[in-house]
Amino acid sequence: MVTSANSNQGPTEMRFTKDHEWVIVQGDVATVGISAYAAEQLGDVVFVEVPEAGKVVKQGEGLAVVESVKAASDVYAPVSGEVIEGNAELGDAPETVNALPESGGWFAKIKLSNPAEVDALMDRDAYEAFLSTL
Amino acid sequence: MSEDLKKTPLYDAHVAAGARMVPFAGYSMPVQYKDGVLKEHLWTREHAGLFDVSHMGQARLRGDNPAKSFEKVVSADYQGLKPGKQRYGVLLNAQGGIIDDLMTARPDDDGLFVVVNGACKDNDYKIIAETLAGEATVTRLEDRALLALQGPEAAAVLAAHVPEAAGMVFMDTVALTAFGVDAILSRSGYTGEDGYEISVPADAAERVWNTLLADERVKPIGLGARDSLRLEAGLPLYGHDLDETVSPIEAGLNFAVGKSRREAGDYLGAGRIGKELAGELSRVRVNLKVLEGAPAREGTEIADETGNVIGKVTSGGFAPSLGFPIAIGFAPPAFAAVGTKLKVIVRGKAAAAEVVATPFVPNRYVRKL
Repeated sequence: MVTSANSNQGPTEMRFTKDHEWVIVQGDVATVGISAYAAEQLGDVVFVEVPEAGKVVKQGEGLAVVESVKAASDVYAPVSGEVIEGNAELGDAPETVNALPESGGWFAKIKLSNPAEVDALMDRDAYEAFLSTL
Repeated sequence: MSEDLKKTPLYDAHVAAGARMVPFAGYSMPVQYKDGVLKEHLWTREHAGLFDVSHMGQARLRGDNPAKSFEKVVSADYQGLKPGKQRYGVLLNAQGGIIDDLMTARPDDDGLFVVVNGACKDNDYKIIAETLAGEATVTRLEDRALLALQGPEAAAVLAAHVPEAAGMVFMDTVALTAFGVDAILSRSGYTGEDGYEISVPADAAERVWNTLLADERVKPIGLGARDSLRLEAGLPLYGHDLDETVSPIEAGLNFAVGKSRREAGDYLGAGRIGKELAGELSRVRVNLKVLEGAPAREGTEIADETGNVIGKVTSGGFAPSLGFPIAIGFAPPAFAAVGTKLKVIVRGKAAAAEVVATPFVPNRYVRKL
């Protein structure tokens, strides 16, 4: 665990994208999921396709697919890097995305290749202000 | 939301109930309420779900023998339709393709009562009017709403308000006074459950809706669960499983071509349909259980076991009552036998699937009292 004094390692609080993904950084690894708002909008999640370790993604590329009863939705990588772990538990319990969207329902852990990307994402206040415009 | 979307007489009731409204068939319709699609689906299978289907078209065909004229463009036997009964049929083009699927009833002495899909109704009425020209008339009933009450508790709920409902069986249709207004009641629906469709004057719709919802066994159900329910019931959806290229025989709707009509062959598209009934088919409907992975949605390719693409999914999704994904699609007849192992190609990955019989979930129509 690095200290927050190391500015290259990104903020330690949750950051959000306009596509409703979140990241939280520990060291040089970002855990990624979708916001409570997104989970609510999706409705009941019945299937999640999480990425496998080793997949290299660029910010904005497809990272995972989450399916509700009605539709499939892409989850975009909020940051660039290499996936070091997908949340295998979502295979057996996709409903975790609805129950715990901003904790246990995470999708993947990504080793950051460009930590500065995190700094450019919205903090919770900015994200909530963004939601109020939707 | 686009300003030119039409509203059903129940629009305000949906919004007040917390519905998420979406554009559908030119109307602003509830896709789900607060409970969400999964719970609404399961509620309907266990209790009773109330649906607003007022976007669908309701019409009367009147004349000396409107059924005779109508039969030129539909394959079902409507001249033989007994008073008080309803029958499923398809509106055909000259090539035997399906322009729409529809329900036609003889609820009273006022000709035939026809219910068509909302997205198709303008075109349907135009075609029907042209077909009937000089022989009979088609009158749109724009001032009526249509509600569907579906599920194992629907009969008990409705009988508390309309005692006559209890004496009906599947596909019975009657015109009567119910809820204090002139109503047309049929024991049918599109969920696979026992239930009723209730046509009432538009200005009575909200009162009837609220009266039924006051029963704790009833919850409002949106289009999302309506779609997953009809898919589990193995019922095709126009614009997805059915379109102008698909014949009723390809779609497995042989029952929609009446016996007397087969012999006469006196309807549009009879040439193709006759050949298909004799076994000349290049594709048929297949019903798939997806054995692994993600739901196979509309447009997903279907492949044989070696990976050759043989067809496409036309409706597919997760089946809430079953806990796994199911799909309807089309493939050559050689791959249609129950038990055939196939693949569905979801996002580039082949997943195992198997041809199964429909309905996927057993239907609960009340055919005898």
